[in-house]
Amino acid sequence: MPAHPDTDARVVLDAGDIQRALTRISHEILERNKGADDLVLLGIPSRGVPLAHRIAERIASVEGYAVPVGSLDVTMYRDDLRLKPARALLPTEIPPGGVDGKVVVLVDDVLFSGRTIRAALDALNDIGRPQAVRLAVLVDRGHRELPIRADFVGKNLPTSLVERVKVTLDGIDDLDAVTIQGVPA
Amino acid sequence: MKRHLLSAGDLSRDDAELILTTAAELRELADRPIKKLPALRGRTVVNLFFEDSTRTRISFEAAAKRLSADVINFAAKGSSLSKGESLKDTALTLEAMGADAVVVRHGASGAPHRLANSGWVRSSVVNAGDGTHEHPTQALLDAFTMTRHLSGGKPTLEGRRIAIVGDVLHSRVARSNALLLHTLGAEVTLVAPPTLLPVGVDSWPVETSYDLDAVIPKADAVMMLRVQRERMHGGFFPTAREYSRRYGLDGRRMATLQDHTIVMHPGPMVRGMEITADVADSERSVIVEQVTNGVAVRMAVLYLLLGGSEPAVGGEE
Repeated sequence: MPAHPDTDARVVLDAGDIQRALTRISHEILERNKGADDLVLLGIPSRGVPLAHRIAERIASVEGYAVPVGSLDVTMYRDDLRLKPARALLPTEIPPGGVDGKVVVLVDDVLFSGRTIRAALDALNDIGRPQAVRLAVLVDRGHRELPIRADFVGKNLPTSLVERVKVTLDGIDDLDAVTIQGVPA
Repeated sequence: MKRHLLSAGDLSRDDAELILTTAAELRELADRPIKKLPALRGRTVVNLFFEDSTRTRISFEAAAKRLSADVINFAAKGSSLSKGESLKDTALTLEAMGADAVVVRHGASGAPHRLANSGWVRSSVVNAGDGTHEHPTQALLDAFTMTRHLSGGKPTLEGRRIAIVGDVLHSRVARSNALLLHTLGAEVTLVAPPTLLPVGVDSWPVETSYDLDAVIPKADAVMMLRVQRERMHGGFFPTAREYSRRYGLDGRRMATLQDHTIVMHPGPMVRGMEITADVADSERSVIVEQVTNGVAVRMAVLYLLLGGSEPAVGGEE
């Protein structure tokens, strides 16, 4: 995967924008939850996981203590599992305290059809019974196919269906950026 | 198309690494309250066992059920197989029942290959042990157990020294392990009396030795094999006592191992023959863990063969 945005790609969020968006999301989570009690952040691999960790760092700097962070792989719960060759599984790490009775915030990079989140809700159902489940995404690009919405959104990004939204994050990729790209003719 | 798992030798390094990393994720499932994943809902897995087996069949059954597949157990005893039905007619019956995968154990080497390549069935065939030929999922679970202890869970055994000791001649486990461990980068040494090494072993990607005491101090893992007396028709060694003294693993020999070296056995073991009770029950022994890992590895194999629109691993044909 090329580390840098393709030439015809337009940068919608740069590194500074992403940091500010995550800071705002962190504060919104704390405001909504009235503090960090009982919070568990679960990133959806691959790029939801570093985002969850960054939100957790900001929450820790505000509240003064760390909230549990983990990851939740949804591969086996996808509704298109049978349509493609069997895919490699990604890590699921549930924090030692589990999710029962907790407020779980699912974190993903892009919210699109909503099918990944549906799969995540099913996956979560097999792990425990949270008190509430919320959704934080860096980008909401619209075009929902299921009745699912995000509670915390970094940026609402109106797109056409043929466009591609790409999130790169330091740690997985080389730099922080959200780019949008029309499909080449 | 890759549809079957017939031989450990069919697996490329990428295939083997994919199975091991998938198994590592699935291994975590054993610690969760709900030990179930939906990946194979509505798929049917048939366990077709022409030879007696308890642990392998149960392991495959648990693996398939944890992936939500429907499981049909078909054992030779008490079925039409004991009334003289041929492999072909059994296969046609399974095909008519709509099996998506057939897990087969057979006393004849090559039976799973025949089942897979005859055109009798469209399902995936997984070899669960054929005669003295191969047992690829056992090799995968052995390799998985080794990577957890020797490589920090990374799916490689590069440069690790593995000793496989005992009745190599009658062991399908030894052949599958030799092929797979070599693929994963390990250096394998087979240790056995000359009478218990198969003809043509020089074409395997392994070293051989007749001297256990010279090999095991350098090994990172020592795998003891059962002496398969039920397959022996003739004198392969003078007495059990002599075999045990020269090729058995006892406390004295265990003391010469490196600190990190693990002791393995594919089971069922004969205490006092190839392994003494104090070794089998020691801290180094990972024999019980091998059984736990077996379920995770078989889940990985079934998921990768059946989970998607087409299999992600396995042999051509």
